[in-house]
Amino acid sequence: MIGVLSELSYWQVTSIRVVAGLVAVLLVAGTLVYAHLFKMVSFMQSRLGPMEAGPYGSLQLMAEIGKFLQKEDIVPRRADRFVFKAAPFVVLTSTFLLLVVLPGGPDAWFISNDLGIYLAMAVSSVSVIGILMAGWGSASKYSLLGGLRATGQLIAYELPLLLAVVGVVIQAETMNLQEIVLAQANGEIFGSGVIGNPFIITQFVGFLIFMIAMQAELTQTPFDMPVAESELVTGYMTEYSGLRFLLFFIGEFATAGVFSAIAAVLFLGGWYVPGLDPADNLLNVLGPLVLFGKVVLLTFLVFWVRFTFPRFREDQLQRLAWKFLVPLALANIVVTGVLKVVV
Amino acid sequence: MTVTERQQLSYIAAQAADARVNLEIETEGMTLNIGPQHPATHGTLRIVAKLDGEQVVAAEPVMGYMHRGYEKLAEVRTYPQVTTLINRIDWLGSFANEVPFILAAERLMEVEAPPRAQWIRTILFELSRIANITLFLGDMAVQVGAITPVFFAFRDREHVLNQIEAATGGRFHPNFDRIGGLKDDLPAGWVAETRGAMRKIRAFCDEIEELVEGNEIFQARTRGIGVIPPGVGLSYGLTGANIRASGVDWDVRRDSPCGLVHDQVDWKVWTHPDGDSFARFWVRLQETREATKIVDQLLDGIPSGPIMAKVPVIIKVPAGEAYVETENPLGVMGYYVVSKGDLNPFRVKIRSASFSNVSITPWLLRGVYVPDIITILGSLYFILGDIDR
Amino acid sequence: MGLVPGLVKGLVVTGSTVVRTVFPKRGVRTLVPAPTKGAATVQYPHVKEAPPTRARGVIALHEGNCTACMLCARECPDWCIYIEGHKEKAPPRRAGGKPRQVNILDRFDIDYALCMFCGICVDVCPFEALFWSPEYEFSEPRIADLLHDMSRLSEWMETVPEFEDYESGSVAKQLKVPPT
Repeated sequence: MIGVLSELSYWQVTSIRVVAGLVAVLLVAGTLVYAHLFKMVSFMQSRLGPMEAGPYGSLQLMAEIGKFLQKEDIVPRRADRFVFKAAPFVVLTSTFLLLVVLPGGPDAWFISNDLGIYLAMAVSSVSVIGILMAGWGSASKYSLLGGLRATGQLIAYELPLLLAVVGVVIQAETMNLQEIVLAQANGEIFGSGVIGNPFIITQFVGFLIFMIAMQAELTQTPFDMPVAESELVTGYMTEYSGLRFLLFFIGEFATAGVFSAIAAVLFLGGWYVPGLDPADNLLNVLGPLVLFGKVVLLTFLVFWVRFTFPRFREDQLQRLAWKFLVPLALANIVVTGVLKVVV
Repeated sequence: MTVTERQQLSYIAAQAADARVNLEIETEGMTLNIGPQHPATHGTLRIVAKLDGEQVVAAEPVMGYMHRGYEKLAEVRTYPQVTTLINRIDWLGSFANEVPFILAAERLMEVEAPPRAQWIRTILFELSRIANITLFLGDMAVQVGAITPVFFAFRDREHVLNQIEAATGGRFHPNFDRIGGLKDDLPAGWVAETRGAMRKIRAFCDEIEELVEGNEIFQARTRGIGVIPPGVGLSYGLTGANIRASGVDWDVRRDSPCGLVHDQVDWKVWTHPDGDSFARFWVRLQETREATKIVDQLLDGIPSGPIMAKVPVIIKVPAGEAYVETENPLGVMGYYVVSKGDLNPFRVKIRSASFSNVSITPWLLRGVYVPDIITILGSLYFILGDIDR
Repeated sequence: MGLVPGLVKGLVVTGSTVVRTVFPKRGVRTLVPAPTKGAATVQYPHVKEAPPTRARGVIALHEGNCTACMLCARECPDWCIYIEGHKEKAPPRRAGGKPRQVNILDRFDIDYALCMFCGICVDVCPFEALFWSPEYEFSEPRIADLLHDMSRLSEWMETVPEFEDYESGSVAKQLKVPPT
């Protein structure tokens, strides 16, 4: 892709990147909403889900967007107007920033940064600010409780998320996501390099911690106290309507998609297809699709858990994070480091 | 340590924590209105909760948003017309509402329904219990955050509602009970279909057991939450599964049967020693299974014969007073009917289970966290129509 | 905790429901997805579930049997039946007999916005003029339009099913629906 893009002028490259970014976030989010929220969950509950808009309800999301666009954008009278209005955009910004470091193929990436995963972990916390803004700015007690819960929870789970990644970084000897993929593609496991070395095998504990922490970062059940419908109505989203609610909604699924993509890159070999040369130009086309397939698989797990389990209480969630996940992640790092030195 | 001591200790600890927090950081309390329009109050119950952070300092239920004045309305309706009104008190198990009123009227008129009518009455009574508690089993999971079980509940409750509709004509409001018997006999093939529905309900109970009851998160959320010691529960007038979950072995169906044939079949009253939210869920789950067994046994032995006793067309109830209570899905429901020999009852006092069950909340909600309010309310299981009437 | 954690059991329950819904049992389990058959729901305007024969859907009026005796209107718990009628002299049945007095129905309206579907009117009717029909699709955009008059009520008479047989052991008398 670099070869093609280098002949274009700056504005052309930029517009291509913007379009690619929008497609990567919105199309993926749309597909996830349809496949998981509309269909899989319906089947899980012995029903069909939307069937009227488009074949098998495939255009339902378009209809929903049309509905949300028509709705009045209500701002509560005592709300902090600017903070209230800006909050959904801050949340969505974090999603787009996360995408920047994701590699989709040998040459298909936005930026190849040596601090890739570090940047990703850093910008993922931006969404906390957006959620706190929404909770505070709404001038509603439910929103405030939801926002505060969200902040406490996201800060608590940032740590195991980061510590789970450290194991991978130690093994791959790089923080660059592209090189992490290559390390998995060129690696060997048990003396055989047939499927490369997807880190899910050697870093299985790290993978589990990452998935649990990711579930909490995405505020999905069993960690959905911030939006707990039965307690806080919808937490920090209670006062939102129309387009801004839609942004929160899309942001939730887009973040789920992007986080799953990071998990796929870290643990499942990213865009790499076993048997192909990692430098093959074919992978620039195939790679994003493979990555997308892995994203669908991982989000399936996320939503399967979401629609099966009840939610924790706030104190139980903190206990799980600090007393169980963080020590486990630290032990994982120690074991990985020792093995790295010994082997 | 007994349940009572544990409850007392946790209560003292909560009070001490409140006092300490208030002294140390001088936090300002917050009053949170849960309801009248809130997803967890399924209806229009309002809980005024004074919070310190996420901890409840005091909580007060505000009732009456759905008061429909049935006691007063019943005074200007004839006896057959009253049944159609009282169907709507506990709308999930509506047939069970009719039974105590009809039994009270029958006692005043000194008629007794023929055996076939009594058996069918008991079957429908238990079916409405299943229809009611099935929804609780799913709803309790929603209160603690799992969405899927309630869809299973609606799916399998449908089989029971279909049977109620096939027999009575009404899914939610059967209005099938008459003074002296029943409106109609069962349609052909109903017994076999009901057996199939009972099998499906038992499969549903197994599913709920694996999906909800065995779930570690669910247990962590409900065990030890909202413990009601038997003495406190009885003094607040708790009945039904709520008091049986506190270890009180009391079931009106077994202990003082009147007009229903529960003494003809072999069944068991389930109790649980803990008295917490999990115990209430567990007892109701076992009760649903037990109800399917009762129905199965009753279906085997429906006697043949008429379904109506000899009752005049225009029903005038002789002067007198009667109080009849039965073990309804939500607890003990009783009707105190005073007649002056007219077409209408002179006064009807309805003792509904949910009102007493909810009145314990100010005592129970002290010192718990906000999510536990919802768990406790869910496990106490009230129907708004049954509270406000 | 048993051998298998409850969390895993829960996932198995929901997962197997997905499989049961998407690949329902049709004789043998095939790999062709058929969620429309496996789901517990039906797609309402396209597929309609048949309510049971006794379902209280709507009240149909057999006009010829009604004598405007007002029993149903009086027994109705919320008084949603409006009846008007007058008496007429009809020619005698046999030649030379006295002219008969017949009751002619002028108005028979049921306000379905008020009706509680309790069925008391059908029960008390002494002349078999009112019947339950399982027909349920009579919603109206305006609440005032739910007041249905005699001609509309008579149209529903065609949808009234025959009474079912009773379960064995019953001694109740089998009723018949009069031909329209």
